[in-house]
Amino acid sequence: MAFWIAISPHNHIQKTTSALMRLVIYATIPGILAQWYFFGWGNLIHIFLATTTALVAEFFVLSLREKKIPQQIFDGSAVLTAVLLGVSLPALAPWWISVIGAAFAVVIVKQLYGGLGHNPFNPAMAGYVMLLISFPVQMTSWQPPLELMAHNLDFVNTLTMIFSGFTSEGFSLEQLKTHVDGYTMATPLDTVKTNLTLGLTISESMNNTVIGDHFGIGWEWINAAFFAGGIFLIYKKAIDWVTPFVFLFSLFVFTFISFMLSPDTSSSTMFHWLNGACMLGAFFILTDPVSGATSTKGRIVFAALAAFLVFIIRQYGGYPDAVAFSVLLCNMCAPLIDQYTRPRTYGHSESKGEGNA
Amino acid sequence: MDSIIQRIDKGQFWKFHGGIHPPEQKFITADQPIRTLPLPNELILPLQQHIGQAGKVIVNIGDSVLKGQPLTHSDHPMAVPIHAPTSGKVTQIKPSVIAHPSGLEELCLFLEPDGEDKWCTRNICTDFTTLSNEQLIEKIANAGISGMGGAGFPTHIKVNNSAEIEYLIINAAECEPYITADDLLIREQSPTIIDGINILHKIVSPKVVLIGIEDNKPKAIQALKNATKNIEYIKVCVIPTKYPSGGEKQLIQILTGKEIPSGSLPSSQGVVMQNIATCYAIADAVINDVPLIKRVTTVTGLGLNKPQNVWALLGTPVGFLLKNCEYHTQDTKQVIMGGPMMGFSLPSDRVPVVKITNCILAPSEKEISTKDEEIECIRCGQCADVCPAQLLPQELQWSAKAKDHDQLNKLNLFDCIECGACAYVCPSHIPLVHYYRIGKSEIREQKQLELKAEKAKVRFEARKARLERDKKAREEKQRLASEARKARMNSGTTEANNEKSAVAAALARVKAKKQQTPTNDDNATEAKSSQANPQIAAAIARAKAKKLAAKKEAEQTEVSATKNIEETTTPDVESTPEATDKPKDKKAQVAAAVAKAKAKKLAAKKEAEQTEVSATKNIEETTTPDVESTPEATDKPKDKKAQVAAAIARAKAKKLAAKKEAEQTEVSATKNIEETTTPDVESTPEATDKPKDKKAQVAAAVAKAKAKKLAAKKEAETAKARESQSENIEETTTPEVKSTTEVTDKPKDKKALVAAAVAKAKAKKLAAKKEVEQAKTQESQPENAEETITPEVKSTTEVADKPKDKKALVAAAVAKAKAKKLAAKKEAEQAKAPEPVPESVKDIASSIDDNQTSVHVVESSVQKKENQSDIKNSSHSGNTIKSLDEEVEQKENVKEDDKKSKIAAAVAKARAKKKEEKSAPITIEEDKKNRIAAAVAKAKAKKQQRSELN
Repeated sequence: MAFWIAISPHNHIQKTTSALMRLVIYATIPGILAQWYFFGWGNLIHIFLATTTALVAEFFVLSLREKKIPQQIFDGSAVLTAVLLGVSLPALAPWWISVIGAAFAVVIVKQLYGGLGHNPFNPAMAGYVMLLISFPVQMTSWQPPLELMAHNLDFVNTLTMIFSGFTSEGFSLEQLKTHVDGYTMATPLDTVKTNLTLGLTISESMNNTVIGDHFGIGWEWINAAFFAGGIFLIYKKAIDWVTPFVFLFSLFVFTFISFMLSPDTSSSTMFHWLNGACMLGAFFILTDPVSGATSTKGRIVFAALAAFLVFIIRQYGGYPDAVAFSVLLCNMCAPLIDQYTRPRTYGHSESKGEGNA
Repeated sequence: MDSIIQRIDKGQFWKFHGGIHPPEQKFITADQPIRTLPLPNELILPLQQHIGQAGKVIVNIGDSVLKGQPLTHSDHPMAVPIHAPTSGKVTQIKPSVIAHPSGLEELCLFLEPDGEDKWCTRNICTDFTTLSNEQLIEKIANAGISGMGGAGFPTHIKVNNSAEIEYLIINAAECEPYITADDLLIREQSPTIIDGINILHKIVSPKVVLIGIEDNKPKAIQALKNATKNIEYIKVCVIPTKYPSGGEKQLIQILTGKEIPSGSLPSSQGVVMQNIATCYAIADAVINDVPLIKRVTTVTGLGLNKPQNVWALLGTPVGFLLKNCEYHTQDTKQVIMGGPMMGFSLPSDRVPVVKITNCILAPSEKEISTKDEEIECIRCGQCADVCPAQLLPQELQWSAKAKDHDQLNKLNLFDCIECGACAYVCPSHIPLVHYYRIGKSEIREQKQLELKAEKAKVRFEARKARLERDKKAREEKQRLASEARKARMNSGTTEANNEKSAVAAALARVKAKKQQTPTNDDNATEAKSSQANPQIAAAIARAKAKKLAAKKEAEQTEVSATKNIEETTTPDVESTPEATDKPKDKKAQVAAAVAKAKAKKLAAKKEAEQTEVSATKNIEETTTPDVESTPEATDKPKDKKAQVAAAIARAKAKKLAAKKEAEQTEVSATKNIEETTTPDVESTPEATDKPKDKKAQVAAAVAKAKAKKLAAKKEAETAKARESQSENIEETTTPEVKSTTEVTDKPKDKKALVAAAVAKAKAKKLAAKKEVEQAKTQESQPENAEETITPEVKSTTEVADKPKDKKALVAAAVAKAKAKKLAAKKEAEQAKAPEPVPESVKDIASSIDDNQTSVHVVESSVQKKENQSDIKNSSHSGNTIKSLDEEVEQKENVKEDDKKSKIAAAVAKARAKKKEEKSAPITIEEDKKNRIAAAVAKAKAKKQQRSELN
């Protein structure tokens, strides 16, 4: 009797990469729902556009590369990239923004570097940064929360807005952004930054309409939802807890120090934590295994560096939010970080382990 | 250590990095007792079932063996024997597939049980404490016990350790899923196991014995605790279940917190570990004298209807076990030996159970999928999290795929224990361990190659050094020898001189040989038309010129020659480097001939055009209506001077062309010529004749012949003879004449002396010749010659002249030249024809009476120059092919005319030059003969020195 020959180990945890990806996608659902609740249909439409584009682009490139299309196209990585990109975009950005971004992320950032597992940069963030640099106007035209808007923005209006630039009622984005009191609204981060340049203190900025009672209408809940999703992922052991924890903790340290030193020009930790893409970045972007550091020590360094960059750029840089830039910069450092944070192998002395690194 | 034991007593243990919790699946077999199976029909016993060496088979095919009888034996320490698991017959010994991941075939012994299960005699030992450690170890070794946990390391080696052991750790962790063999064994045989532990304790004498067992085996733990409750030094350590806590290093870390440094053995840290099944085998072997012939094997998996633990005889085919456990699955059939983590799939059910087989796993498709598709690594890092060795499996994987061996070594690939935890957790289903195994074997292979290459390099360099050493030694030896030789040669003794001249002669010979053949050919063709002497001369000149044209150095020589021609051309006197003519009538002809020769020579050259122009100019200037001057035209034989000139020109050209060093010599010679040129005298670099007397010619011819004869000599005796002659000469010479390197003459008549000296020098050079016979012949001939010459002449084997007249000198010079020429020749036949020469010499001698000339020595020569006898009769030997014939012809003419002698001399000289490039010019002019001779001698000496240096 002849038997099937296999190699050890013969049993397996029965987890798969695509399952991991799916789990991460599921974990974004609370955040997306919060976005939908506070900002309407815009991001959902962009997620849909980006996902479609990403799958088409993935199919195109995989067929060019003669890979196993059915297996790889649904490994979840392209969809996850598209979802993360769609979540990050301004809700009422033109349709081609998400199409270009998703295509760039999949074709250039991922596949041209060798596909899944070989991309040095996080595709979603690279696509986002490309869009931000190439189309600054569209990428910074953030829509105010629905509750502050003078005009009704239902699904149809959002759709026509995204595809034509005007709502079905003929309002432009600029008009939509205008408060009932007649001034243009921006994101809380943007507002604070602008006010600082106008000579206003942080506490004065906190009185702004878009910030509301706490740290930013809508944004605080969106971040809280992403935080919840991230906790779910950690619970499911889909991501390592070290990276988000170190990131948030480091951000806390930096902002706290800054706030202590100069309360008038420094936002509070909670403001930083609950605005922009902070929680999304902490739990969904920085934990991307492909472009991050691998060892625990490396992840600590990686996350702390990202937090520092986020803080620096938000506090002193020209952009109101900084997660995408920080992630890309950290992606660049990841191989170096890995190189110098290799764990000590069993049976090797500490010094030798370091020397080998 | 106390703190460690305290911790253990409290149930606190260390943790190792990583680890996984795969589904245990031990419930499948954990509740059934170990079953004893019936005897299989056939047992297949691989000769090697452990790490180390296989023993030699000590039974033959067809032998009947008893149960427990050893089947192999070896004196190698790393070898353990195998034993017959039951009584039966050895049916065959052949390679068969064994329990190895690759499906390797190795030598196996096939045993057919007879069903009687009859034991060989056993020595039951009731009290092992009475035995010495050595006896115990010997018993363990003879029982064929090797580690039964998986690696199969010979147990007697492991326990026979001189290091001080603190901890004896008994590994009962059994961390692999599915396996319950140790669990059941402990439950059923704990007293025997404790005996085994006590035996080990006696041998190893540790401070404490730790039994490490995972907490998923409560019954076994209870059994152990019961069995050891009265034993102080045995501690049962219940550790958390985590794969791979049963790994040696991991268990040591869990129990003691110690890390075993990479590359060292646990004993270096005072730890020895034994598997608990091994302890049972040791007790059985020592107490009951039962060798290792059976073991508990878990036969499990959902592919079986009756999974259970069995007592399997070693050698039982897996198929037999499966059959007894009712293997039923319809899925892809996969059977694993060992656990699901580190076991390997079996290629067939013929694979036998061996000493390390603790589990046969026959899973269903649902349990263990055979369809794993590897996808790309996403660097999730889960592998690094679970790695018990704290490696970076994911980075190792990149490097292993890229075959970056350096990086693999840097990442400590060889610390991988291949537990499979990384591959177990990998979401991309990458068979990481497989890549590491490949990487490891590649690196091992590479190391083997490097080792080989290193050895080869060492060998090669040793050889190179040896060759270099030999070479240096050789060179040193040569250097010393050459120094010694030089010292000897420079010592000024006669022997030294002989050696020098011998060297010079050898060089001359070599050169002459080079030129000989073509020269002869040329001469042969020219000789046919020899009746018209001038024409011949011209033709010869032409031929020579052509030959010479090929030479590289010729350019310069030609230029200077041409200059000389131009400078010396006057209406009355033609003075070329080679010839100066008195007669006005003949000047034109001579000039023409010379010019022609030159022109030809030059014609071959690249710059030939220009040279021709100048030559032609000269010709035109000097030609008279009577003379045809074309490059090829021969001159009318009315005037012999023309011939002479032509011959001289030819000779010159050759001479000049042949030698680099010659230039200087020639220049000096030429100067002499120019200085001494008078209307009455012909002065050439080599020869000056006073053609009034024909005897001189004769003498020259004779001298030539003699020289030839001498040329054949090589013996030292001859050389000595020459020396003695030179001594004679020296005695008679006057101080006025200076010496050459070899000879100093004090002649009253200096010319003669000089000539003689020169001749002698030449002769010495020639002395290198080999034929003894010829030499003898030559000796006898000179005697004849001596008889015929006047008393005033000293005749030696070579030449000794006391000539009143300078013609004699000339002759001598000619003779010298000849000698050189001839020196190159070897033919023995020529040596046979010496007889005519003496006759001619007699004739010559008689003819000498008129004149002052004295002469010669004689010898017949080695060459076709026997024809010299024709000189007297003035009948030339037109038949002979050699250029010598031409000379003879010319000599005839010379008899008739005053100038014939000149011609003869010139021709002789020319020939000499032709064949003997080293011959130096001798110019004799009436007034300045002495000087010239001296100069020539000097030049010669220089030349010789140079050749020696070279």
